[in-house]
Amino acid sequence: MRFGEGDAVATLFTEADGLFRGLARGAQSRAHAAAWQTGNLLNVRWIARLEDQLGSVMGELLHPAAALAMADPYGLAILSAACATAEGALPERQPYAAIFRGLLHVIAYCEVQGKAALPELVRWEAGLLRELGYGLDLSACAVSGSADNLAYVSPRTGRAVSEEAAGPWAERLLRLPPFLVGESDGDIAEWLDGLRLTGHFLARDVFGMRHRGLPAARVLLMEKVELAAK
Amino acid sequence: MGGPEIERLIQLFAKVPGLGPRSARRAVLKLLQYPEARMLPLAQAMAAAARAVKHCALCGNLDSVNPCAICADPKRDHTMICVVETVADLWALERSGVHPGLYHVLGGTLSALGGTGPDDLNIRPLLARVQPGDVQEIILALSATVDGAATSHFLTDRLAASGVHVTRVAQGVPIGGALDVLDDGTLATALRARR
Repeated sequence: MRFGEGDAVATLFTEADGLFRGLARGAQSRAHAAAWQTGNLLNVRWIARLEDQLGSVMGELLHPAAALAMADPYGLAILSAACATAEGALPERQPYAAIFRGLLHVIAYCEVQGKAALPELVRWEAGLLRELGYGLDLSACAVSGSADNLAYVSPRTGRAVSEEAAGPWAERLLRLPPFLVGESDGDIAEWLDGLRLTGHFLARDVFGMRHRGLPAARVLLMEKVELAAK
Repeated sequence: MGGPEIERLIQLFAKVPGLGPRSARRAVLKLLQYPEARMLPLAQAMAAAARAVKHCALCGNLDSVNPCAICADPKRDHTMICVVETVADLWALERSGVHPGLYHVLGGTLSALGGTGPDDLNIRPLLARVQPGDVQEIILALSATVDGAATSHFLTDRLAASGVHVTRVAQGVPIGGALDVLDDGTLATALRARR
Protein backbone atom coordinates (compact mmCIF):
# COMPACT_ATOMS: atom_id res chain seq x y z
CA MET A 1 0.00 0.00 0.00
CA ARG A 2 1.44 3.39 -1.04
CA PHE A 3 2.48 5.68 1.76
CA GLY A 4 3.49 9.19 0.76
CA GLU A 5 5.48 9.80 -2.38
CA GLY A 6 8.22 7.22 -2.03
CA ASP A 7 7.33 4.85 0.79
CA ALA A 8 4.87 2.00 1.23
CA VAL A 9 3.30 0.01 4.02
CA ALA A 10 4.37 -3.51 3.08
CA THR A 11 2.47 -6.64 4.06
CA LEU A 12 4.90 -9.51 4.49
CA PHE A 13 4.20 -13.18 4.97
CA THR A 14 6.93 -14.89 6.94
CA GLU A 15 7.43 -18.53 7.84
CA ALA A 16 8.17 -17.95 11.53
CA ASP A 17 5.93 -14.98 12.35
CA GLY A 18 3.08 -15.14 9.84
CA LEU A 19 1.62 -11.98 8.39
CA PHE A 20 3.56 -8.85 9.30
CA ARG A 21 3.33 -5.21 8.27
CA GLY A 22 5.97 -2.53 8.24
CA LEU A 23 6.89 0.76 6.66
CA ALA A 24 9.22 0.15 3.71
CA ARG A 25 11.08 3.39 3.09
CA GLY A 26 11.77 4.08 -0.57
CA ALA A 27 9.66 1.12 -1.69
CA GLN A 28 8.19 3.19 -4.52
CA SER A 29 11.52 4.62 -5.59
CA ARG A 30 13.13 3.66 -8.89
CA ALA A 31 15.89 1.80 -7.09
CA HIS A 32 13.70 -0.35 -4.83
CA ALA A 33 10.29 -0.68 -6.52
CA ALA A 34 11.30 -3.90 -8.32
CA ALA A 35 11.99 -5.64 -5.01
CA TRP A 36 8.73 -4.62 -3.33
CA GLN A 37 6.40 -6.24 -5.85
CA THR A 38 3.59 -8.58 -4.83
CA GLY A 39 4.75 -12.21 -4.63
CA ASN A 40 8.50 -11.58 -4.44
CA LEU A 41 10.61 -13.52 -1.95
CA LEU A 42 12.70 -11.21 0.22
CA ASN A 43 15.07 -11.42 3.12
CA VAL A 44 13.55 -8.81 5.44
CA ARG A 45 14.62 -7.11 8.64
CA TRP A 46 11.91 -5.52 10.80
CA ILE A 47 12.81 -2.83 13.30
CA ALA A 48 10.58 -1.09 15.84
CA ARG A 49 11.09 0.46 19.25
CA LEU A 50 8.15 -1.49 20.72
CA GLU A 51 6.81 -4.84 19.60
CA ASP A 52 3.28 -3.63 18.88
CA GLN A 53 4.39 -0.74 16.65
CA LEU A 54 4.16 -0.78 12.86
CA GLY A 55 7.95 -0.55 12.61
CA SER A 56 9.97 -0.27 9.48
CA VAL A 57 11.26 -3.00 7.18
CA MET A 58 14.35 -3.29 5.03
CA GLY A 59 14.45 -6.01 2.44
CA GLU A 60 16.78 -7.68 0.03
CA LEU A 61 15.36 -9.46 -2.99
CA LEU A 62 15.96 -13.21 -2.94
CA HIS A 63 13.74 -14.34 -5.79
CA PRO A 64 11.92 -12.08 -8.34
CA ALA A 65 8.74 -14.16 -8.56
CA ALA A 66 6.64 -11.18 -9.71
CA ALA A 67 8.89 -10.38 -12.67
CA LEU A 68 8.98 -14.05 -13.69
CA ALA A 69 5.19 -14.40 -13.55
CA MET A 70 4.39 -11.08 -15.23
CA ALA A 71 4.54 -12.27 -18.83
CA ASP A 72 1.95 -15.00 -18.34
CA PRO A 73 -1.61 -13.77 -17.71
CA TYR A 74 -2.59 -16.84 -15.73
CA GLY A 75 0.68 -16.98 -13.79
CA LEU A 76 0.24 -13.37 -12.73
CA ALA A 77 -3.46 -13.79 -11.95
CA ILE A 78 -2.75 -16.85 -9.77
CA LEU A 79 0.12 -15.08 -8.00
CA SER A 80 -2.04 -12.01 -7.29
CA ALA A 81 -5.00 -14.11 -6.16
CA ALA A 82 -2.90 -16.25 -3.80
CA CYS A 83 -1.18 -13.24 -2.22
CA ALA A 84 -4.42 -11.28 -1.86
CA THR A 85 -6.14 -14.30 -0.30
CA ALA A 86 -3.31 -14.85 2.18
CA GLU A 87 -3.25 -11.15 3.02
CA GLY A 88 -7.00 -11.00 3.64
CA ALA A 89 -7.53 -14.38 5.29
CA LEU A 90 -4.74 -14.70 7.81
CA PRO A 91 -4.57 -12.94 11.16
CA GLU A 92 -1.47 -10.81 11.75
CA ARG A 93 1.60 -12.04 13.62
CA GLN A 94 0.51 -15.65 13.99
CA PRO A 95 2.73 -18.30 12.40
CA TYR A 96 1.28 -20.47 9.64
CA ALA A 97 4.37 -22.30 8.45
CA ALA A 98 2.48 -24.89 6.38
CA ILE A 99 0.50 -22.14 4.60
CA PHE A 100 3.73 -20.24 3.97
CA ARG A 101 5.42 -23.29 2.44
CA GLY A 102 2.31 -24.02 0.39
CA LEU A 103 2.29 -20.47 -0.94
CA LEU A 104 5.95 -20.81 -1.96
CA HIS A 105 4.96 -23.95 -3.85
CA VAL A 106 2.11 -22.12 -5.66
CA ILE A 107 4.38 -19.21 -6.57
CA ALA A 108 7.07 -21.56 -7.90
CA TYR A 109 4.44 -23.35 -9.99
CA CYS A 110 2.80 -20.24 -11.43
CA GLU A 111 6.14 -18.87 -12.64
CA VAL A 112 6.71 -21.81 -14.94
CA GLN A 113 3.37 -23.55 -15.41
CA GLY A 114 0.95 -20.65 -15.92
CA LYS A 115 -2.59 -21.99 -16.14
CA ALA A 116 -1.50 -25.47 -15.00
CA ALA A 117 -0.74 -24.01 -11.56
CA LEU A 118 -4.49 -23.67 -10.86
CA PRO A 119 -4.79 -27.12 -9.16
CA GLU A 120 -1.92 -26.12 -6.86
CA LEU A 121 -3.77 -22.92 -5.94
CA VAL A 122 -6.95 -24.86 -5.17
CA ARG A 123 -5.02 -27.37 -3.03
CA TRP A 124 -3.35 -24.49 -1.21
CA GLU A 125 -6.72 -22.81 -0.57
CA ALA A 126 -8.12 -26.10 0.76
CA GLY A 127 -5.09 -26.24 3.09
CA LEU A 128 -5.69 -22.64 4.12
CA LEU A 129 -9.29 -23.49 5.04
CA ARG A 130 -8.08 -26.49 7.05
CA GLU A 131 -5.45 -24.44 8.93
CA LEU A 132 -8.04 -21.78 9.78
CA GLY A 133 -10.43 -24.40 11.16
CA TYR A 134 -12.83 -24.62 8.22
CA GLY A 135 -11.39 -27.72 6.56
CA LEU A 136 -13.36 -29.72 4.02
CA ASP A 137 -14.05 -33.34 4.90
CA LEU A 138 -13.34 -35.25 1.71
CA SER A 139 -12.56 -38.62 3.31
CA ALA A 140 -15.95 -40.27 2.86
CA CYS A 141 -19.50 -39.62 1.69
CA ALA A 142 -21.54 -37.78 4.32
CA VAL A 143 -24.65 -39.82 3.39
CA SER A 144 -23.44 -43.37 2.73
CA GLY A 145 -20.04 -43.38 4.46
CA SER A 146 -18.47 -44.79 1.32
CA ALA A 147 -15.11 -43.46 0.16
CA ASP A 148 -15.82 -44.41 -3.48
CA ASN A 149 -16.98 -42.20 -6.31
CA LEU A 150 -16.96 -38.93 -4.34
CA ALA A 151 -18.23 -36.27 -6.75
CA TYR A 152 -19.78 -33.42 -4.75
CA VAL A 153 -19.37 -31.36 -1.59
CA SER A 154 -22.19 -30.04 0.54
CA PRO A 155 -22.06 -26.20 0.42
CA ARG A 156 -23.40 -26.15 4.00
CA THR A 157 -21.23 -28.69 5.83
CA GLY A 158 -18.17 -28.97 3.57
CA ARG A 159 -18.46 -32.77 3.57
CA ALA A 160 -18.08 -34.92 0.48
CA VAL A 161 -21.07 -36.62 -1.17
CA SER A 162 -20.81 -39.54 -3.57
CA GLU A 163 -22.33 -39.53 -7.06
CA GLU A 164 -24.94 -42.15 -6.04
CA ALA A 165 -25.95 -40.40 -2.82
CA ALA A 166 -26.29 -36.99 -4.48
CA GLY A 167 -29.23 -38.10 -6.60
CA PRO A 168 -31.70 -35.28 -7.28
CA TRP A 169 -29.78 -32.87 -5.00
CA ALA A 170 -26.72 -32.86 -7.26
CA GLU A 171 -27.57 -29.42 -8.67
CA ARG A 172 -27.52 -27.90 -5.20
CA LEU A 173 -24.12 -29.33 -4.37
CA LEU A 174 -20.64 -28.08 -5.29
CA ARG A 175 -18.68 -30.26 -7.68
CA LEU A 176 -15.65 -31.97 -6.15
CA PRO A 177 -12.79 -31.99 -8.69
CA PRO A 178 -11.02 -35.39 -8.71
CA PHE A 179 -7.59 -33.75 -8.32
CA LEU A 180 -8.54 -32.69 -4.79
CA VAL A 181 -8.87 -36.34 -3.70
CA GLY A 182 -5.51 -37.38 -5.07
CA GLU A 183 -6.14 -38.06 -8.73
CA SER A 184 -4.43 -36.41 -11.72
CA ASP A 185 -4.43 -32.63 -12.17
CA GLY A 186 -7.43 -32.71 -14.53
CA ASP A 187 -8.52 -30.07 -17.03
CA ILE A 188 -9.76 -26.49 -16.96
CA ALA A 189 -13.35 -27.51 -16.16
CA GLU A 190 -12.13 -29.33 -13.04
CA TRP A 191 -9.91 -26.39 -12.07
CA LEU A 192 -12.96 -24.14 -12.31
CA ASP A 193 -14.92 -26.55 -10.10
CA GLY A 194 -12.05 -26.39 -7.62
CA LEU A 195 -11.98 -22.59 -7.61
CA ARG A 196 -15.76 -22.50 -7.07
CA LEU A 197 -15.49 -25.02 -4.23
CA THR A 198 -12.75 -23.31 -2.22
CA GLY A 199 -14.07 -19.86 -3.23
CA HIS A 200 -17.46 -20.69 -1.70
CA PHE A 201 -16.00 -21.64 1.68
CA LEU A 202 -13.43 -18.85 1.70
CA ALA A 203 -16.17 -16.31 0.96
CA ARG A 204 -18.55 -17.71 3.56
CA ASP A 205 -16.31 -18.83 6.42
CA VAL A 206 -13.13 -16.76 6.16
CA PHE A 207 -13.96 -13.45 4.48
CA GLY A 208 -17.67 -13.53 5.30
CA MET A 209 -16.88 -13.74 9.01
CA ARG A 210 -15.14 -10.39 8.64
CA HIS A 211 -17.99 -8.95 6.56
CA ARG A 212 -15.78 -8.79 3.49
CA GLY A 213 -16.04 -10.31 0.04
CA LEU A 214 -13.41 -12.39 -1.71
CA PRO A 215 -10.40 -10.29 -2.77
CA ALA A 216 -10.78 -8.60 -6.17
CA ALA A 217 -7.79 -10.54 -7.54
CA ARG A 218 -9.45 -13.86 -6.62
CA VAL A 219 -12.72 -12.78 -8.26
CA LEU A 220 -10.90 -11.67 -11.45
CA LEU A 221 -9.04 -15.00 -11.60
CA MET A 222 -12.33 -16.86 -11.34
CA GLU A 223 -13.84 -14.75 -14.15
CA LYS A 224 -10.78 -15.39 -16.29
CA VAL A 225 -11.00 -19.16 -15.83
CA GLU A 226 -14.78 -19.12 -16.41
CA LEU A 227 -14.23 -17.35 -19.74
CA ALA A 228 -11.52 -19.81 -20.74
CA ALA A 229 -13.65 -22.83 -19.77
CA LYS A 230 -16.56 -21.77 -22.03
CA MET B 1 5.88 33.85 11.92
CA GLY B 2 5.06 36.35 9.15
CA GLY B 3 1.28 36.65 9.21
CA PRO B 4 -1.56 34.29 8.23
CA GLU B 5 -1.13 34.95 4.48
CA ILE B 6 2.41 33.58 4.47
CA GLU B 7 1.50 30.60 6.65
CA ARG B 8 -1.39 29.75 4.34
CA LEU B 9 0.89 30.00 1.32
CA ILE B 10 3.48 27.71 2.92
CA GLN B 11 0.79 25.18 3.81
CA LEU B 12 -0.48 25.14 0.21
CA PHE B 13 3.01 24.87 -1.29
CA ALA B 14 3.85 22.00 1.07
CA LYS B 15 1.07 19.95 -0.58
CA VAL B 16 2.82 20.09 -3.95
CA PRO B 17 4.51 16.73 -4.79
CA GLY B 18 8.24 16.89 -4.10
CA LEU B 19 7.93 19.74 -1.58
CA GLY B 20 7.78 19.43 2.18
CA PRO B 21 7.23 22.19 4.76
CA ARG B 22 10.91 23.19 4.70
CA SER B 23 11.24 23.47 0.92
CA ALA B 24 7.81 25.14 0.72
CA ARG B 25 9.06 27.80 3.12
CA ARG B 26 12.12 28.41 0.95
CA ALA B 27 10.03 28.68 -2.22
CA VAL B 28 7.57 31.10 -0.63
CA LEU B 29 10.39 33.23 0.75
CA LYS B 30 12.01 33.45 -2.68
CA LEU B 31 8.72 34.44 -4.31
CA LEU B 32 8.02 37.06 -1.67
CA GLN B 33 11.33 38.70 -2.38
CA TYR B 34 10.21 39.42 -5.96
CA PRO B 35 6.44 39.86 -5.77
CA GLU B 36 6.06 41.81 -9.01
CA ALA B 37 8.51 39.83 -11.11
CA ARG B 38 7.74 36.29 -9.89
CA MET B 39 4.80 36.03 -7.56
CA LEU B 40 2.06 37.89 -9.42
CA PRO B 41 2.88 36.32 -12.83
CA LEU B 42 2.86 32.90 -11.12
CA ALA B 43 -0.48 33.60 -9.46
CA GLN B 44 -1.99 34.82 -12.75
CA ALA B 45 -0.62 31.82 -14.66
CA MET B 46 -2.01 29.43 -12.05
CA ALA B 47 -5.43 31.08 -12.10
CA ALA B 48 -5.53 31.05 -15.91
CA ALA B 49 -4.50 27.37 -16.04
CA ALA B 50 -7.05 26.41 -13.37
CA ARG B 51 -9.80 28.07 -15.42
CA ALA B 52 -8.77 26.86 -18.87
CA VAL B 53 -7.20 23.40 -18.52
CA LYS B 54 -9.58 20.45 -18.65
CA HIS B 55 -9.35 16.72 -19.26
CA CYS B 56 -9.76 15.80 -22.92
CA ALA B 57 -13.08 14.03 -23.38
CA LEU B 58 -11.48 11.53 -25.77
CA CYS B 59 -8.14 10.55 -24.27
CA GLY B 60 -8.03 12.02 -20.74
CA ASN B 61 -5.05 14.28 -21.48
CA LEU B 62 -4.89 17.76 -19.91
CA ASP B 63 -5.27 20.67 -22.33
CA SER B 64 -6.99 24.02 -22.66
CA VAL B 65 -8.91 22.80 -25.70
CA ASN B 66 -11.29 19.88 -25.91
CA PRO B 67 -10.55 17.53 -27.70
CA CYS B 68 -6.89 18.09 -26.88
CA ALA B 69 -4.31 19.23 -29.43
CA ILE B 70 -3.04 15.66 -29.88
CA CYS B 71 -6.49 14.16 -30.56
CA ALA B 72 -7.37 17.03 -32.92
CA ASP B 73 -4.11 16.87 -34.89
CA PRO B 74 -4.91 15.47 -38.38
CA LYS B 75 -1.22 14.73 -39.00
CA ARG B 76 -1.09 12.09 -36.25
CA ASP B 77 -1.78 8.44 -36.92
CA HIS B 78 -5.37 7.94 -35.74
CA THR B 79 -5.17 4.17 -36.22
CA MET B 80 -2.74 3.76 -33.33
CA ILE B 81 -3.53 4.43 -29.64
CA CYS B 82 -0.94 4.23 -26.88
CA VAL B 83 -2.49 3.46 -23.47
CA VAL B 84 -0.71 5.05 -20.50
CA GLU B 85 -1.40 5.24 -16.76
CA THR B 86 -1.14 8.97 -16.16
CA VAL B 87 -0.78 12.26 -18.00
CA ALA B 88 2.84 12.32 -16.79
CA ASP B 89 3.48 9.14 -18.81
CA LEU B 90 1.83 10.75 -21.85
CA TRP B 91 4.10 13.79 -21.50
CA ALA B 92 7.16 11.52 -21.17
CA LEU B 93 6.30 9.73 -24.41
CA GLU B 94 5.61 13.02 -26.16
CA ARG B 95 9.01 14.33 -25.07
CA SER B 96 10.65 11.30 -26.68
CA GLY B 97 8.83 12.13 -29.94
CA VAL B 98 8.68 8.50 -31.05
CA HIS B 99 4.94 7.82 -30.93
CA PRO B 100 3.12 9.16 -34.00
CA GLY B 101 -0.35 8.07 -32.89
CA LEU B 102 -2.90 9.05 -30.25
CA TYR B 103 -3.02 8.34 -26.51
CA HIS B 104 -5.44 7.11 -23.89
CA VAL B 105 -4.90 7.91 -20.21
CA LEU B 106 -6.28 5.21 -17.89
CA GLY B 107 -5.87 7.20 -14.68
CA GLY B 108 -4.06 4.39 -12.83
CA THR B 109 -3.83 0.62 -12.81
CA LEU B 110 -5.92 -2.19 -11.41
CA SER B 111 -4.76 -2.97 -7.90
CA ALA B 112 -5.68 -6.22 -6.22
CA LEU B 113 -4.43 -5.16 -2.80
CA GLY B 114 -5.27 -1.46 -3.20
CA GLY B 115 -8.86 -2.20 -4.23
CA THR B 116 -8.85 -0.41 -7.62
CA GLY B 117 -11.22 -2.19 -10.00
CA PRO B 118 -11.97 -1.80 -13.73
CA ASP B 119 -14.82 0.64 -13.03
CA ASP B 120 -12.42 3.01 -11.26
CA LEU B 121 -10.34 3.46 -14.41
CA ASN B 122 -10.92 5.07 -17.81
CA ILE B 123 -11.41 1.65 -19.47
CA ARG B 124 -14.95 1.87 -20.89
CA PRO B 125 -14.11 4.94 -23.02
CA LEU B 126 -11.09 3.06 -24.41
CA LEU B 127 -13.27 0.13 -25.45
CA ALA B 128 -15.72 2.61 -26.99
CA ARG B 129 -12.91 4.30 -28.97
CA VAL B 130 -11.94 0.96 -30.48
CA GLN B 131 -15.49 -0.05 -31.44
CA PRO B 132 -15.93 1.88 -34.75
CA GLY B 133 -13.09 -0.13 -36.33
CA ASP B 134 -10.76 2.73 -37.31
CA VAL B 135 -8.14 1.79 -34.72
CA GLN B 136 -5.70 -0.91 -35.86
CA GLU B 137 -3.22 -1.06 -33.00
CA ILE B 138 -3.36 -0.51 -29.25
CA ILE B 139 0.03 -0.12 -27.55
CA LEU B 140 -0.05 -0.85 -23.82
CA ALA B 141 2.62 1.33 -22.20
CA LEU B 142 1.93 0.57 -18.55
CA SER B 143 4.42 0.27 -15.73
CA ALA B 144 6.39 -2.96 -15.26
CA THR B 145 4.78 -3.74 -11.91
CA VAL B 146 2.40 -6.49 -10.86
CA ASP B 147 -0.50 -4.03 -11.08
CA GLY B 148 0.65 -2.66 -14.45
CA ALA B 149 1.06 -6.15 -15.90
CA ALA B 150 -2.32 -7.26 -14.49
CA THR B 151 -3.95 -4.22 -16.13
CA SER B 152 -2.23 -5.03 -19.44
CA HIS B 153 -3.51 -8.62 -19.35
CA PHE B 154 -7.00 -7.41 -18.41
CA LEU B 155 -7.07 -4.94 -21.33
CA THR B 156 -5.70 -7.56 -23.74
CA ASP B 157 -8.60 -9.85 -22.77
CA ARG B 158 -11.19 -7.09 -23.11
CA LEU B 159 -9.82 -5.88 -26.46
CA ALA B 160 -9.58 -9.38 -27.96
CA ALA B 161 -13.17 -9.31 -29.20
CA SER B 162 -12.60 -6.07 -31.15
CA GLY B 163 -9.97 -7.72 -33.36
CA VAL B 164 -7.55 -4.83 -32.87
CA HIS B 165 -3.81 -5.65 -32.73
CA VAL B 166 -2.66 -5.27 -29.10
CA THR B 167 1.05 -4.79 -28.36
CA ARG B 168 3.05 -4.01 -25.21
CA VAL B 169 6.16 -1.94 -24.70
CA ALA B 170 9.29 -4.06 -24.18
CA GLN B 171 10.97 -4.65 -20.82
CA GLY B 172 14.66 -5.14 -20.23
CA VAL B 173 18.05 -3.51 -19.91
CA PRO B 174 17.81 0.31 -19.93
CA ILE B 175 20.02 2.37 -22.24
CA GLY B 176 23.27 3.08 -20.39
CA GLY B 177 22.52 0.39 -17.81
CA ALA B 178 25.21 -2.06 -16.76
CA LEU B 179 24.09 -5.64 -16.20
CA ASP B 180 25.77 -6.08 -12.83
CA VAL B 181 23.71 -3.32 -11.20
CA LEU B 182 20.34 -4.48 -12.54
CA ASP B 183 17.91 -6.24 -10.22
CA ASP B 184 17.24 -9.95 -10.73
CA GLY B 185 13.71 -9.40 -12.02
CA THR B 186 14.78 -7.02 -14.79
CA LEU B 187 17.60 -9.37 -15.82
CA ALA B 188 15.29 -12.37 -15.91
CA THR B 189 12.69 -10.47 -17.96
CA ALA B 190 15.36 -9.18 -20.35
CA LEU B 191 16.74 -12.66 -20.91
CA ARG B 192 13.30 -14.11 -21.50
CA ALA B 193 12.49 -11.35 -24.02
CA ARG B 194 15.75 -11.80 -25.94
CA ARG B 195 15.59 -11.78 -29.73
